[in-house]
Amino acid sequence: MIEIFTYSFMVRAFIAGIVIGSIAPLIGTFLVARRFSLIADTLGHISLAGIALGLLLHINPIITALIASISVAILVEKIRHNRYISGETALAMLLSGGLALAIVLIGLASGFNVDLFSYLFGSITTVTNTDLILIVPLGLLVIVMVTVFYKQFLSIAFDEEGAKVSGIKVNFLNILLMVLTAVTVSLSIRIIGSLLIGALLVIPVTTASQIAKSFKQSLLLAIIFSLTSVVSGLFASFYLNLPAGGSIVVISLIIFVVTYLGKKSQ
Amino acid sequence: MHTHIEQSDQPLVCLHDISFSYDGQPVLEDIDLHIEKGEYLGLLGPNGSGKSTLLKIILGLLSPIKGQVELFGTPLDKFTNWHKVGYIPQKATQLDSRFPITVKEVVGLNATDKTKVSEALAKVGMEKFSHRLIHELSGGQQQRVFIAKALAGGPELLLLDEPTVGIDSESQKEFYSLLENLHRSGLTIVLVSHDTEDIVREVSRIICVNKRLVCHVTPKEFIAGNYYDQLYGDDRKTIIHHHSHD
Repeated sequence: MIEIFTYSFMVRAFIAGIVIGSIAPLIGTFLVARRFSLIADTLGHISLAGIALGLLLHINPIITALIASISVAILVEKIRHNRYISGETALAMLLSGGLALAIVLIGLASGFNVDLFSYLFGSITTVTNTDLILIVPLGLLVIVMVTVFYKQFLSIAFDEEGAKVSGIKVNFLNILLMVLTAVTVSLSIRIIGSLLIGALLVIPVTTASQIAKSFKQSLLLAIIFSLTSVVSGLFASFYLNLPAGGSIVVISLIIFVVTYLGKKSQ
Repeated sequence: MHTHIEQSDQPLVCLHDISFSYDGQPVLEDIDLHIEKGEYLGLLGPNGSGKSTLLKIILGLLSPIKGQVELFGTPLDKFTNWHKVGYIPQKATQLDSRFPITVKEVVGLNATDKTKVSEALAKVGMEKFSHRLIHELSGGQQQRVFIAKALAGGPELLLLDEPTVGIDSESQKEFYSLLENLHRSGLTIVLVSHDTEDIVREVSRIICVNKRLVCHVTPKEFIAGNYYDQLYGDDRKTIIHHHSHD
C-alpha cells in the first residue's frame, strides 16, 4: 500500500473526495446547462454561515451547514418561481448575506478561527468518521435521485414550459434539484472549502461540455475530470503540504486549459 | 362526483369567457373559443395582443382571472392526458446554446422508447441527423427537431408559438409544408404568428385576437372582411365574432 493510505485521515479524505468528486459534476451539469451555476457559490457562502453557527453551538458543522443551505436553496427556488426579484439578483444578495452572517457569527465567539480556516479553503485532515457517516449515504442519495429523475431534470433544463405541458411536476423537481445542490455543496465543504466549492461544480462540467458529443457523455466526462482533479489534488495536498481545495481547483483549471487548447488546435 | 368521458366529436379546446390581466392591466377579455378536431388554426394578432398569453392559458401555464378552459372535454384542472398535447414555445429551449445535446436526446425527452424517437424523426425528415448536436443545426433544422420532440409523445393537438421567427424563407416554406402534411395525417394544429401573409395562405381557419376575439373566420372571409386593417390599423376597438363553418 502506498504510504499515503497508511494514514487513516487520508483514507477518510479519499472516501469523502471520491463521493464529492462524483456528485459535484452530476449536479453541476444541470446547473451549468441551465445557466444557474452561481447558486453553487451562493450556497457555499450560506453553508459557511451554517458552519459558523455549528461551531458556535458545538454541533457538527456539516449538519448546520446542511440545514442552512437547504433552507436557502428552497427560498431561492421560491423567489425564482414567484419572480419577486430576478433569480440572479437574489443569488448575489444571498451570496453576500451568507458571508456577512458568517462573519457576524465568527465575531460573536472568538477562538474557532483556525478551525474555520479549513472550512474556507478545504483540508484533508479534518474529515472525521462522523462526517463520513453523513457524506457517504447522502452522496449516494444524490446519485440515486439524479439517476431516477435524470430525464425529468434534463427535460426541465431544456424547456421548462414544455416540461410542464408534458405533465412533469416541474415545481417539485426544481425544489428537489435545489435541495440536492445544497446537500452537495454542504458535503463538499470539508474537502474543497466553502469559497471554492462552486468551482468543482462548474469547471469539470465546462471542460466536458467543450468536447462531449452528447449530454450524457458530457455528464460522464465531467465526473471523470472532477474525480481526476480531486484525487490528484488530495495527493498534491498530502505530499506538497498544500491546501486541498486550492490544489483540486487548480488541477481542474489545468485540465480545462489543456482541453481547450487541444480542441482549438484541431 | 362528475366523470369526464372524452368523446371523439367534442372540441379539443373550449374556452369559456376567459379574461386575463397582468399587474392589473387587462391582456385578454371575454374570450369564448372552440377548437375542433382536425382544424388547422392560425392565431393572429399584433405584438402584445395577447395571442401567446391565450396559448399559455389553453396549456395551463397561466391561470385566467375569469373563465374556464376545457381540454378534450375535461376541465383543465382535472386534465391528465398531457401526451395528447404537443407544444413548441417561442423560445423552444432555455439550455445554454453551446451545451452539447444531440437530436436523439432532445426528441427522446418526450418519447417512451427508441422506436418513438426514430418514428418522430422520420416524420420530420431528420432521421439522418439523430446523432448531431442541436447547436450544429440550422434554425430550420432545429425547428424540425422541436416538432419531432412534440410528435414523439403522440399528440392529437399541436400548438406552436411563432415557430418561424429567425428562420430563412426557404426553410419556412419547408416548415409550412411539414405542418400541412401533419395536418393531413389528422393532427389538429394551432399556429400563433404575426406573419399574416403566410398564415392566410397556409391554415384552414383564422382566429384574430387583440385583447378580445376580433374574428374567427376562414382565410377567404379574413381577406374579404378587411380584418387585417382592424388588427393592425389605428382602430383596434372592433369586435366581431363570426362562427361560420366550412
